Amino acid sequence: MALEVEGLKVHYRTVKGDVRALDGVSFSLEDGEIVGLAGESGCGKTTLGKSLIRLDGRMRHMGGTAVLDGTELPIGDDRAMNAHRWKEVSIIPQYSMSALNPTRKIGKMTAELLRSRGKSYRELKDELVRRLELVGLSEKVLDNYPIELSGGMKQRVVMVLSTLLDPSLLIADEVTSALDVTNQKAVAETLVRFRDMGFVKSMIVVTHDLSLVYQIADTIMVMYAGQIVEKASAETIIKSPKHPYTKALIGALPEVGLEYGDERLKSIPGKPPHLLNPPTGCRFRDRCPLASEECETEPPKVAVEAGHEVSCWKAVD
Amino acid sequence: MGRYFRRKLLIYGLTFIIAVSINFAVPRLMPGDPVARMLTRNSVANLESSEAMRGYFNDLFGLDVPLWKQYLNYWAALFQGDLGVSVFAFPAPVSSVVADALPYTLALLLPSILLSWVVGNALGAMAARNKLLDNGALPIGYVLTAVPYMWLAILLAWVGGILLGWFPVAGGYSFALTPAFTWTFIADLFHHWFLPFLSLFVVALGGWAIGMRNLVIYELESDYSNYLQALGAPNRLVRRYAFRNAVLPQITGLALQLGVVVGGALVTEVVFAYPGLGSLLLNAINNQDFFLLQGILLFIVIGVLVFNFLADVVYVLVDPRTRLGLEGGQS
Repeated sequence: MALEVEGLKVHYRTVKGDVRALDGVSFSLEDGEIVGLAGESGCGKTTLGKSLIRLDGRMRHMGGTAVLDGTELPIGDDRAMNAHRWKEVSIIPQYSMSALNPTRKIGKMTAELLRSRGKSYRELKDELVRRLELVGLSEKVLDNYPIELSGGMKQRVVMVLSTLLDPSLLIADEVTSALDVTNQKAVAETLVRFRDMGFVKSMIVVTHDLSLVYQIADTIMVMYAGQIVEKASAETIIKSPKHPYTKALIGALPEVGLEYGDERLKSIPGKPPHLLNPPTGCRFRDRCPLASEECETEPPKVAVEAGHEVSCWKAVD
Repeated sequence: MGRYFRRKLLIYGLTFIIAVSINFAVPRLMPGDPVARMLTRNSVANLESSEAMRGYFNDLFGLDVPLWKQYLNYWAALFQGDLGVSVFAFPAPVSSVVADALPYTLALLLPSILLSWVVGNALGAMAARNKLLDNGALPIGYVLTAVPYMWLAILLAWVGGILLGWFPVAGGYSFALTPAFTWTFIADLFHHWFLPFLSLFVVALGGWAIGMRNLVIYELESDYSNYLQALGAPNRLVRRYAFRNAVLPQITGLALQLGVVVGGALVTEVVFAYPGLGSLLLNAINNQDFFLLQGILLFIVIGVLVFNFLADVVYVLVDPRTRLGLEGGQS
C-alpha cells in the first residue's frame, strides 16, 4: 500500500468561517496505481492534491492522516514536510507554464534547486538529460531561459524536473487543462510512461476531464463537495457508475461518433453546496433525482463489489 | 543586440539635438533683458557710455547677430566646449562656473541616491512577509516618504545644526578655510556634507523600501515561487529568486532618479545653502543669466540621457527576457 489517507480534513480560513474544502476524505493507493480524481470546480480535488504536498497560506489541516510507504506525512507542519517534498511526494502543478523562474537558465535553476536539497547536479545531470530526451527535448533546453520554450516544452520540462528524484507519489494537478488536444494526449501518455519506467510509483491525476483520465487511470475517484462519493476502476466508473452524481457527470459528456442532432447534452441542474456550512446528510441530495427522506442522514460507504465503493443510500440495496 | 543599441543611440542623439535646441530657445523666450540688467548693475548714468557698453556686451554675448546665426554659433561653440560667459558671475566662463558647482552636487546626490536605493531595497525585501519589520520599520518609512521634504530638511538642520550643534547648517565648507587638498579641508567638506546628505537619504529610503516590499511579496506569491516551495526548496533560495526578480523594476526607478542627479536637489541646496548646481540654477534664473542657465540645462540633459542609456544597458544585462527579445529568440 503506497498511500493511505484516512479522514483527511483541510479547511480554508476565511473571515466568515472555515470553508470545509476537504471534509473527511479516506482512500488508499496501491504501488504503481494511477488514480484519477474527478469532479466539478470547487469540489476540493485541487485541495486534496495540494494538501498531500504543500498547504498554501490559507489552508489549515484540521484532522486525518496520510501515510506514505509506512511513514506518516506531517501535513500540517510546513517545515517538517520539506524533507518529504520532491523526494517522496512531488507535484506537477496546474501552472506549469509559469512554474520556472523567468530570469534563470533552466539548467542553472535545476542545479541550484538540487543543491539546496542536498543533491549533486553533476551526478544527476546524465539522468536529467536522458529523461529530457525521453520527452523529446534536447540537452540544449538546460541553457535556455523559460521564455525561449513553448508552453508544451515548459510543461515537459516541469514534468521531468518534478519526477527527477523518483518520488513515490506524484500529484498531477490539471496538467492538461492549458494544452491543446494533441498535446493533452502526449502529456497523458508521458505520465503513464513515467509510471511504467518506475520514475514514480503511484500517481494522483487531478482533472475535470473524465474522458482523458479514463484513458490513463487505473482507478477513478469522484469527488463532490469535499468528499469522495465514488471510487472504482476506470472502466466501472465510466460503464456502470452507481452514484447519481457520477451518472449525471458522465451523462454530461459528449460521445464521439454519436449524432446529437437537436438533442442537447444534459447538464446537472443546480449548484454544488457552499462549503462554509455544508448541509447535513448527503450533500448531493438537493440536485439528486433520486433523493428521498433517508438522504437527510449521512449516507454509508457501500462496497458494491471489490474495489468499487459508493457513498449513497440508493446503492445499499 | 547591436541593432538595438544603434537604434537607442540614434534616439538618444535625436533627443539630444532637440533638447539643445529647446535649451537655446527657452532663455531667449523668457521676459527681461540680461544686457540691460548688467548695465543697471554697473549703474552707468551717461547715455553715450551706456550705449557703448550695450554694444560691447551684445557683441560679447553674441546677441548682436540674428537669431538663426545665434543658434548656429551656439552649436559651433558647444562643440568647442565653449558655453559662453556667465552674466551673473561675469566675467567667468559658464563652463568653469558649472564645473565648480558640479562636484558638490554629484558628491551629495550620487551617494544619497545609491545608498538609499541599496539600503531601502534590502530593508524592503527583509520586511516582506516579516511581521515584526513590516509593522515596525516600514510605517516609519511611510511617514518619512509622506513628510514634505522641505520641512524635514529644515527640521534636520535645526536639530543637527542648532539644537545639538553637531553640524554646520549652511555652506559647502567653512568660510574660514580656503579650498585645498588637505585633511582639514576634506574633513570640513564632509562635515558640511553630512546633513544635506542625510536629509536626501532618509527621504528616499522609505519609498524604495515600500516599493521593494510590495514587489517581493508579489514575487513570493508567483507561480515559480510556489513551485519551488512545493519541491521543498528552502526559504533562502525562494527569497533570493524573488528578490532578484523584484529588483528589476527598481533598477528602472534608480535610473530615472540618477538621470536628474545633475540637476541637483534644488530644495536641499537652498535649505542648506549648499553650493551645488541647484543653487546655481536658482541664481541663474534670478539674474536672467541666459548662458549659465543654458549651460546647466545642458548638463541636466546630458545627465538624463547618459543615465537612461546606462539603465538600458544594465537592464539588458540583468533581465534575459529583454535580451532575448532583442535577439529575436524563439518563444
